[in-house]
Amino acid sequence: MIGIEHYLVVGAILFVLGMSGIFLHRKNLIFILMSFELILLAVIINLVAFSTFWNDLAGQVFAVFVLIVAAAQTAIGLVILLCFLRKPGVINVDDINVMKG
Amino acid sequence: MTVADFAFYIIAVSTVTGGVFTVVSKDPVQSVIWLVLTFSSAAGLFILLGAEFVAVLMIVVYVGAVAVMFIGVVRIIDVDFNLSKHKPLKHFRLALLIGVILLFELALVLGVWYMSQNAEISVRPEMNDVQNNSAPGSIIYDNYAYLIYACGLILLVAGVGSIVLTRRRHAGGNRQNVAAQMHRDPAGTKGIINLKQGQGL
Repeated sequence: MIGIEHYLVVGAILFVLGMSGIFLHRKNLIFILMSFELILLAVIINLVAFSTFWNDLAGQVFAVFVLIVAAAQTAIGLVILLCFLRKPGVINVDDINVMKG
Repeated sequence: MTVADFAFYIIAVSTVTGGVFTVVSKDPVQSVIWLVLTFSSAAGLFILLGAEFVAVLMIVVYVGAVAVMFIGVVRIIDVDFNLSKHKPLKHFRLALLIGVILLFELALVLGVWYMSQNAEISVRPEMNDVQNNSAPGSIIYDNYAYLIYACGLILLVAGVGSIVLTRRRHAGGNRQNVAAQMHRDPAGTKGIINLKQGQGL
């Protein structure tokens, strides 16, 4: 029988993968954004699992909100990446202070 | 083991595999493809949990929009990702250490957690007369209407902001210059160039 712990374990593994992904690609903004997506996916899995196993629909509603905000932040992050990469080069988070003004 | 348990294990393994290769692979395009696998499998998990609305939203928003956005940006920008193709990932040990520590902490949490006795169920529709995927909709628009307005505002700000940030500013503005277009001379602009094979311009 699959209980809530199984889903929580999947969420925990995805969260850990996302966190270590941020440290693995410390300089590369695209990978950092994808690791953020993994972390938020873990959050959504936890919310939906608790919502189902306690018959409380607020969890699903907040999963929808998290999803909306994650989509917006990914869009803004990629746009910032685009406007700081007008010149070809390596995406380095350390150089992001060239975007003044 | 019932069919649902079997389906859970298969989908969970594919979710975790997608996550691992998203983080580990060096080519961002491959990484995005693994991310798509992760999100699709997570949608499968949500269907197993009975949250079909979130599952379909997952497919539409993440696989349909965010992954395409990632691939588009990776292909637009001209970054030489082949630089570190054959080198091992630099911070692998640090990432592994942090991952193991976090996993240990989360395992401690999973070992002893319990539901508080004072916790109240906030919203629960009558499950007999509401379908699975229409129940979240009615709760969003009844109980959380202002939050969904705020989410709409966030998306509007994100859309307008992305246009404002990527717009290039030309000297004369972005308007069409009809006279310059009419006075273009094709003789000065057209030409035939013989390209050698394997070389660019």
